[in-house]
Parts: sequence; C-alpha cells; structure tokens
Amino acid sequence: MRVGIIALQGSVEEHVRAAERALSEGCGGEVISVKHADIVPSCDAIIIPGGESTTIGRLMLREGIVDEIKSAAKHGVPILGTCAGLILLARYGLMDIHVTRNAFGRQRESFETPLKIDVIGEKPFNAVFIRAPAITKVGEDVEILAKCNGYIVAAKQDKLVALAFHPELTRDPRLHHFFFDLV
Amino acid sequence: MKLEELRHGTELLKRGFAKMQKGGVIMDVTNAEQARVAEEAGAVAVMALHAVPADIRAAGGVARMADPAVILEIMDAVTIPVMAKVRIGHFVEAEILEALGVDMIDESEVLTPADERYHIDKLRFTVPFVCGARDLGEALRRINEGAAMIRTKGEAGTGDVKEAVRHMRAIMGTIRELKGKTDEELTKVARDIGAPFEFVKETEEMQRLPVVNFAAGGIATPADAALMMKLGADGVFVGSGIFKAESPEKMAKAIVEAVNNYDRPEVLAEISKGLGGAMKGLDTHTLTEDEVLQTRGW
Repeated sequence: MRVGIIALQGSVEEHVRAAERALSEGCGGEVISVKHADIVPSCDAIIIPGGESTTIGRLMLREGIVDEIKSAAKHGVPILGTCAGLILLARYGLMDIHVTRNAFGRQRESFETPLKIDVIGEKPFNAVFIRAPAITKVGEDVEILAKCNGYIVAAKQDKLVALAFHPELTRDPRLHHFFFDLV
Repeated sequence: MKLEELRHGTELLKRGFAKMQKGGVIMDVTNAEQARVAEEAGAVAVMALHAVPADIRAAGGVARMADPAVILEIMDAVTIPVMAKVRIGHFVEAEILEALGVDMIDESEVLTPADERYHIDKLRFTVPFVCGARDLGEALRRINEGAAMIRTKGEAGTGDVKEAVRHMRAIMGTIRELKGKTDEELTKVARDIGAPFEFVKETEEMQRLPVVNFAAGGIATPADAALMMKLGADGVFVGSGIFKAESPEKMAKAIVEAVNNYDRPEVLAEISKGLGGAMKGLDTHTLTEDEVLQTRGW
C-alpha cells in the first residue's frame, strides 16, 4: 500500500511517523510526502494533515494538487482529513458536511479529552483538539462517528474520513487502522 | 461528554499548537490592516507588536507589550492565530495577553527586558510560549521553563541574516555532535551547556529539538527564508522584512512560497523576480554593544 501525506504545511512529520507505525503493525506499505503534482494519482490512500487550512488550501491549489485529490476521491481512493484537512474536505465539496472553523475557541480553549468512537472499539480515544473546527450539519450519506460537546467531530462518507482532532499527535493507532482498512 | 473531562493547557496541546505552524511563515504586524495583508499572503499566524523591530531600534527608549486594543483589533481582523510579544520576565504582561485570548506568547529580547535574572515560568500558563535562543543550551533552558516552541534570536530589525544563520548552525551542529554519546557523556554536555540532562537526552534520541524550531531575526528576502529552511528550520518568523520592504504584499507572498519551495532553486529564482527593494537593513557588525538585542536573556 502507498499512502500519500499532503506535505505542504502543518503536522506533516507527525502524520508520516504515525502512518508508518500503523502500516508496520498492519498490512505494511510505504508513506510518501506529497509536495507537488503527479504524486497523488499513484497513491492508494491520502492524508491531509492539520495546519492552517487557508495556507494548505492555497498551496495545494498552486501546486495543482486540488484537482488530483478531487479525481482520487471520485475513483474511490480513501482520504483522511484531520483538523485543517477536515475543513478542506468540506471546502472542495468532497464530503456533504457543514463546518465551523475554530468552533471551540482560540488556543486557550484547546483541549484533550477521552472520546468515544464506536467504530474503533470500547476504549475511549485520547482526542487532541487544537483550535479545532467542528461539523455542524451532515448530509444523509454521512455517517457520524463521534460527537463532543454537541458538535460532530468525526464523520465518514463512503471512503472519506474527517476528524476535527489530531490522531497524529498521540500513539494510539486505531483510527489509522480503521482508515487503512478502507483501502 | 462532561465538561470536566476536557483538559486544557497540557504540554501536548502547547507543543501541538506549535507543530501546526510548521512549514509556515509567521509575520510581524502592527495593526489590523497589516494583519489582513499577512493573512492574504498566506501567513500561518501573525505576531502583534506596537512597532516592527527596525522601528523599535530606531526609536530607542523602553519597548513594551503592544496596546491590548490594537491586539484585539488584529484578533478580530484575521482567522489565523495571533501571537504577541512580552518583555523577558514580565509575567504580568503575559497574564494580560493570556486574558485577551492571544494564541501564543513570544517572550522576546526585541522588547526591553523586565527581569535580568529570571525568565517567565511558562509551565503555569495555559497559553503556549515561543522563546528565542542562540545555542542548544539556551533553547533547552527555555524548554525546561515550559517554552513550546523555539526560534533563533538572530539580530532583529537588521535585515541581516548572518546572526540567525549563526544561531541555527550552532543549535543544529550541537545536536549532530550529541549523536551516539553515552549517558555519562551526555551528562557532561548537559553541565557544559547549562541545560537539564533529560532534555539533552531527548534531543540526542530525536536528533532534533524536542519542540518546533523556527528561524527569526534578520530574514528579509525569499532567499534568506529558504536558506534558513535548508539549515533545518521548521518555519520562519519575518519581522521588519515584510512591512519595511518596498512592496510588502509581494514580499510576503514570495517569502511564503520560498518556504514551501526551499529545495527548488529554479522555483526560488522565479519567486525572487521583480519584488522591488527589500528592507534597507543594517550590517550587524556596525552595531555597538548596547544596540545588540540577542544578548538579552541567558
């Protein structure tokens, strides 16, 4: 399996390491940093990391990656968006979700919390929310995976997964395994 | 979900916030209009201060935290994170910025130090801090006090990149020298550089600083920014370099693109074309001892 991490800005290094750890425990495969066009089409799964959504979005457009991502989504390639990545999945119309940026407030209000996510089992996931967005509304094809303080913070639509928090900052690989199983 | 299960201000959240800035450019701004220009150009965050370092240098006198009213205007003007500077050791200025809701505090040598013996105890704050450093020992002392991000001090407000280069090379060079050392040897290094053993050990194991490490202090062109990335910076702060340039909009966009394309000289050539003049600048060798900012703090 070939996993492409959009490597323009944000927690790229952390995502690369988390993906490598999860792959080595599971089916194996390689992790590729995507900085430019022509790499996405060869990937079996794509991860859009956390960072500043405006910056990542602008750079993805400039590098010609946005159209490649849209085409990959159309061909059923699984895509995981975390935090800023979630915002971009909504902005590009790939997922039928409405998103509020910085839904929980500024950095002072950022938090960690044990989050119940049924699809990965009983044990709560330590979810790290940093100036996090939240999903305020979902279309009927969207499956809600987790909620926090009344907001939807994890959702899935076909093979696209959106998380408002940062699984790359903790050592729990369960969400990565869940995502890679979609390939 | 019960509210008491939400944990705020943990090290993971503070260092995590800094990680989200990686590969980005953080720009000094003095008002809401400049903040909008910075955001439009692709800045990942802005740093609010009452005057850019070049003007602080020219004005002389005591440089302090910016006016809270201006900081709030900047926070209202943009959706990206807003950082602001406090004087070294001035924990009340820091409490004020935390109360305002600023996203990160820079305990900065660019302002006039308030305490010549103690830096702020940053562990007791919910909001994360970034601090300047000239070498590995200084960086690890700041991390030990709770800094979630390090930047080189460089020599702010000069547009001369050589001090930032010196500091980044010092930090990265010492980290490379740690490789493969035994615990006894690392204990000696810790003593020599005046840093806690646990952080020296962690740095040796990770072969990088345990927190995000940006370049700052004298970066004035896209080539300067790319140079700092090549030397191992996780991103760059640009102070006077943007709003003292002939065309701040062009310079700001070009520096953002340079940080993203630092390893592609042909793209950098394209980016660097026709930007108008960079800031005039000041060779750091012409500074007198009391004009040097980087020796503030320890």
